[in-house]
Amino acid sequence: MAGHSHFSPANVEEHFEFSSEGKKRIIYGFIAGIIALIIGIYLLSKGESGGHEVAAAGHEAANAGHEAANAGHESAGHLSGGAASHQPAAEEHYDWTNRIWANVWLNAVFFTGISVIGMFFVSLQYLAKAGWSSVLKRVPEAFPKFLYVTLPILLAVFFFKGDVIFHWMHHGVTEVGNENYDKIIAGKSGYLNKTFFIARLIGFGAIWLILWNMLRKKSLEEDIVGGTEIFTKLVRIGVAFIVIFGLSSSMFAWDWVMSIDTHWFSTMFGWYMFSSWHVTGLAIITLTVLLLKDKGYMSYVNENHLHDLGKFMFAFSIFWSYVWFSQFLLIYYANFPEETIYFLERWEGHNKIYKTSEILNILFNFFFPFLVLMTRDAKRTRIFLKIACFFIISGHYIDFYQMIMPGVVGPHGGYGLVEFGMLTSFSCAFIYVVSDELTKASLVAKNHPFLTEALHHDI
Amino acid sequence: MSSTNNYILGVYDDENEVLHAVSEVKSKGIKIEEVYTPFPIHGLDTALGHPRTRLPIAAFMFGCLGLVCTQALINYTMVFDWPMIIGGKDFFALPDWIPITFEGTVLFTAFGLVTTFCISNDLYPGKKHEILDIRITDDRFVMAINVDKNKKSAADIKKALKDSGAVEVNVK
Repeated sequence: MAGHSHFSPANVEEHFEFSSEGKKRIIYGFIAGIIALIIGIYLLSKGESGGHEVAAAGHEAANAGHEAANAGHESAGHLSGGAASHQPAAEEHYDWTNRIWANVWLNAVFFTGISVIGMFFVSLQYLAKAGWSSVLKRVPEAFPKFLYVTLPILLAVFFFKGDVIFHWMHHGVTEVGNENYDKIIAGKSGYLNKTFFIARLIGFGAIWLILWNMLRKKSLEEDIVGGTEIFTKLVRIGVAFIVIFGLSSSMFAWDWVMSIDTHWFSTMFGWYMFSSWHVTGLAIITLTVLLLKDKGYMSYVNENHLHDLGKFMFAFSIFWSYVWFSQFLLIYYANFPEETIYFLERWEGHNKIYKTSEILNILFNFFFPFLVLMTRDAKRTRIFLKIACFFIISGHYIDFYQMIMPGVVGPHGGYGLVEFGMLTSFSCAFIYVVSDELTKASLVAKNHPFLTEALHHDI
Repeated sequence: MSSTNNYILGVYDDENEVLHAVSEVKSKGIKIEEVYTPFPIHGLDTALGHPRTRLPIAAFMFGCLGLVCTQALINYTMVFDWPMIIGGKDFFALPDWIPITFEGTVLFTAFGLVTTFCISNDLYPGKKHEILDIRITDDRFVMAINVDKNKKSAADIKKALKDSGAVEVNVK
């Protein structure tokens, strides 16, 4: 029974202190990110980040591909097999700012996922009436606060720059007789149209936030009042959220990511994106707990709880691989051109600029977590958990990069200062908002009915 | 275990008591052979000081064996012995084989582990069970101490068991 703390929950509160030193560091990080972003944008506008050559090659490839109908090279801009007659024309008008908007979209989707998974994790624990996680539930509980940042960004980017990101928003694609008319997209316009898209985003986003606010309020009330009545109410909120999230996470996967490649579709996509979000969220929860422990907080979270978090990360890394591979295998095996183009574009298309990321995607998200977290001891050792967290978080950033970038910027993509700056800024903003939210409540939910059980957790 | 009167059994009626008794008896320098319980007790393994099971290592080995065997089988049948084109793919179509490789790995691991577990615990079909006290299948917890393997006298051991809260002490 090693690792048992002599911690009595009855009258103990522990408050995270967000020091002015820490705040300063995060703000400096944010500023550094913004500076990197501005330099990146400047270089991009000058075309000095290798954009010109790649763009030129893209032009040729698109033109050559038009004649030869070579699917691998034709894949420029928003494509996917079929009606590609407008592609070369669209290519001529490539605007270098597209990559900036693609990056904003990428990070907003990525961090929305991480934030909402905080809510999902807490709801799931309530739904399962799990005891062990009550010692650390205040950490994921703070994440959804960042939705107040990402959801408006998603809405704004969609509203003002939606046509940059989504092929289906291009002018005239659904208009019969227009030179841009696209029969396939017109057939999908009942679901993919501006009004319905915004309604879904605002509707589900609002429900997420309302449920989170209810859960948070009740959870804080429990600290004061105690008893088990609030627990049953929290279970109900959790159940409601899981139902809503089951529907909305799939719909947002189609809306925000799958509809970028409008012609292409995959019935696995909702699960695929959810699994990517989930495992990233779990890694961020684990990393936050580990960093808080490093700072001397949460001494009552011992290696048994870390072991459970490690098992979660291990299992859902494999789950992600399973879903990714299932999606890939069916498309590869059936070999329909309109489906295969999606992977061809990421493997051989666009002068192979996405091939390295695709390989790293599999290495970082399957092989490394699988091997690092395999043994029991690794899951109970902080440094191994941190290594796994690093691979999972950066791996799933790459995963989302692979989902979004080839469809939006095609041959003009790459890893540069814009990507680095945008990711740094978003990360610092996330850390700031979540740290600030963590200070607002005791780190230990002292009246949680399962807290004693969690303190004696032993596996 | 033959009945040569070399086992002293402390019978307890509470799981927490037996857990505490283990540390108490051990602190007196008495070596405990085994504790029999009707259900698993958290922390008992640690308290008894048993080394951790090496089954996970065996699992990994069996998994690797399964991986190699399945790959060998598919490669031999589909690439060398009777090459077949399926779905226009190469003879060596690795993605196609991943599901069956996974299944083979799991199958070898499962059967290998069950067999290893049975062998290492001396279990086989038709084995006659040697139960020290029938009540360990119901509501009693029994601590078994082998007198021959202890330096302390039988009387000392009996006293230690009584002191640690045993409701009865038997010899078997």
